[in-house]
Amino acid sequence: MIKQLSWKVGGQQGEGIDSAGEILATALNRKGYYLYGYRHFSSRIKGGHSNTKIRISTSPVRSISDELDILVAFDQETIDLNAFELIEGGIILADAKFNPAVPEGISARLLAVPFTKIAEEVGMAQMKNMVAVGASAALLGISVDAFQEVIEERFARKGQKIVDKNMEAISRGVEFVISEVGDISNFKLEPSDGKKRLYMIGNDAIALGAVAAGARLMAAYPITPSSEIMEYLIKRLPEFGGTVVQTEDEIAAITMVIGANYGGVRALTASAGPGLSLMTEAIGLAGMTETPAVIVNTQRGGPSTGLPTKQEQSDLLAMLYSTHGEIPKIVIAPSTAEECFYDTIQAFNLAEQYQCPVIILSDLALSLGKQTVEPLDYDRIKIDRGKLVLDDEELPELENSELFPRYEFTPDGISRRVLPGKKNGLHHVTGVEHDQTGRPSENPVNRKKMMDKRLSKLANGIQFEEPVFLDAKHEEADLLIVGFCSTRGTIHEAMERLEAEGMKVNHAHVRQVLPFPTDIMAEQMKKAKKVIVVENNATGQLTNLIKMHVGMAEKLVHIGKYDGNPFLPSEIYKQCKELFVHGHI
Amino acid sequence: MATFKDFRNKVKPNWCPGCGDFSVLAAMQRAFANVGLEPHDVAIVSGIGCSGRISGYVNAYGFHGVHGRALPIAQGLKLANRGLTVIAAGGDGDGFAIGMAHTIHAIRRNVDITYIVMDNQVYGLTKGQTSPRSEMGFKTKSTPHGSIEAAINPMEMALTVGAGFVAQSVSSDLKQLTHVIEEGIKHKGFSLINVYSPCVTYNKINTYDWFKEHLVNLDDDPNYDPADRSMAMQKLMENNGLVTGIIYQNKERKPYEDMIKGFKETPLSKQDIMLTREQFDKLVAEFA
Repeated sequence: MIKQLSWKVGGQQGEGIDSAGEILATALNRKGYYLYGYRHFSSRIKGGHSNTKIRISTSPVRSISDELDILVAFDQETIDLNAFELIEGGIILADAKFNPAVPEGISARLLAVPFTKIAEEVGMAQMKNMVAVGASAALLGISVDAFQEVIEERFARKGQKIVDKNMEAISRGVEFVISEVGDISNFKLEPSDGKKRLYMIGNDAIALGAVAAGARLMAAYPITPSSEIMEYLIKRLPEFGGTVVQTEDEIAAITMVIGANYGGVRALTASAGPGLSLMTEAIGLAGMTETPAVIVNTQRGGPSTGLPTKQEQSDLLAMLYSTHGEIPKIVIAPSTAEECFYDTIQAFNLAEQYQCPVIILSDLALSLGKQTVEPLDYDRIKIDRGKLVLDDEELPELENSELFPRYEFTPDGISRRVLPGKKNGLHHVTGVEHDQTGRPSENPVNRKKMMDKRLSKLANGIQFEEPVFLDAKHEEADLLIVGFCSTRGTIHEAMERLEAEGMKVNHAHVRQVLPFPTDIMAEQMKKAKKVIVVENNATGQLTNLIKMHVGMAEKLVHIGKYDGNPFLPSEIYKQCKELFVHGHI
Repeated sequence: MATFKDFRNKVKPNWCPGCGDFSVLAAMQRAFANVGLEPHDVAIVSGIGCSGRISGYVNAYGFHGVHGRALPIAQGLKLANRGLTVIAAGGDGDGFAIGMAHTIHAIRRNVDITYIVMDNQVYGLTKGQTSPRSEMGFKTKSTPHGSIEAAINPMEMALTVGAGFVAQSVSSDLKQLTHVIEEGIKHKGFSLINVYSPCVTYNKINTYDWFKEHLVNLDDDPNYDPADRSMAMQKLMENNGLVTGIIYQNKERKPYEDMIKGFKETPLSKQDIMLTREQFDKLVAEFA
């Protein structure tokens, strides 16, 4: 019996690979196992090698692993490309139809299972993926019953007959494997705790967070890897009176969001690097006009079109600095699907409290990686609209065509915000420098005061729950490993391995990027001999940001990866280890 | 009830004396009063350029945004609060150059807003460069040998992409201008109103006198039927677009807001946004 293993299914895109992974994972999640699933896919719809790797564990996991225990292959290419990951004693379940062969130098055991033949006997060749699910379940020691509910939900609308056939395909897969290898497998999972949890991608969590935060309008242009947010909201917003507008481009999306927020509805847009590049001028408008706006950036490989379906974290500095001029802006970076949910709610509150744009910075691995999430807590949903003048509040009469002081100077720099349509609230809004009522003004005294007013809103920090995630038990550490977004789980695993070898390692994950949590980071960095910054980019953007805000440049070591793939725990482990070997620590 | 004077404020426009935009401002103020609006019912979203300043000159809510993007801002605002009368306004550069994609898609989308273009066929605020509305051969700082690009015909373009309300007028005809703005506001859906608004400083060709000589007023033609799209197209082609009045109106087509599934009469901005525990549990169940 084992506590955790990795399973991978691969084949041509469009062959039912995703749904095989989905069904196996959903069934296991419902049994109480922790899961992390990561899809490897290309920028095309059909054809081309695609695979999904799923980590299954009895304790929380948030990263893919270095190794692979079970590989399910629908074609020889899958074996050729992935077999090297298999551990000694790993197993390949391959469709007998293509006469699978194990490449030289691979010690894994090959079990040819007639996926297609069994599926055809059951009734439909495309159910070969369900035979594969059954074959996998047999190895894991998971009974067929575990799939009944999932299969019913998934195929109910196609009729009972289809449900039964899919279940039969799974059963036949189980039976075949048991008859071949017997009921003894090295991969049987230890029992789970049986608790109910959720299984979702970061994008689902962001979209659900937006609904919970009261967002009722989304304007967006489709782009990988953000489109799931839009797809979810297209499905759900109408139930709450809201809607999604698919705009002509990302500039229309962000400006529509600004117009909607000005009108008083919580609105968002979501995109990836190319879209964010187009939005930068308008983000400046939101900053200048003190209009709330929530923008999600699911980072992918750049620059230009870059690697549209691959992991990267290279938009960090662009999110902080790409707009011309100087505006107040908040950038937060969730690192788990759970945080994606709660942070999105916070993002809408922050946008209204500080009346400025808020960017939620995710990355492909976080947005599309599917992970087990502890039950989400309704009682943590709080809505705070800041200094918004409410509908039932009466405003004093405006005499002699005076205007409401929308940009009034206040001690905290935040002025009362009134929505169009409100009697006695008339004011102007402009991206041109303006006075307290919003009228254009080039007066140098006013200009300086207005700049200071806007920037002072964030100058004393913001009310964000967890600016830095800390797993830092050592007062004196050999290493502090720093990351942001999806690398959280991978760093954790590398850290566990280093600690097991006697090193003292702390972990800080930056969750609030702007305003930068300088004090917290400085305190943690002081405790460590070296600070390793792990980031999916070439130039060390977070490393440089830390250097700029905190200093201690002599302690900083940048570990970058920009080949399109997420870090593996071993890569971080090895590079940290080398610092010891070479006496840097 | 508000009169046109209630839509005036104390800001002095920074337009040149004689600028056509003064008439557009006056016509807007009159039209708002004539259709029975109060200042707080109206929001004007404008672009960048001389004409873009108009949102600051009306005693109403005003949003002066970024160049070329008045339309998406205005649509977002209208979707947030469908109870508001939302006017988008800007120049020909704003609407037919940098913002052309938004113009076409706003027409297609058909959100119930009114878009007034102050068309002076030149870039004024940047001191006289060619515009997509400049005629072939038009000499400016950026086209010293005359423009070698064809001018856009915005009215024909609007008909082609399916506009439900297309009108054109000229700054010298305050009465007609006021009327078409009123009708544009009353029209359910997107309305495009192009106004020949002469630039007295940088356009010495398309002057008030020139328009007087060249424009054909459709209101004078008893046989003209604005419900007839092919007649509209024919009239525009015959006159090289130089017609005024309501060129085309389709009263049948529903605005975008009426076609969104589940979209309520109560403006989004006035709805309760906190989910109930029951609603939340139901949403979460999808991921179990």
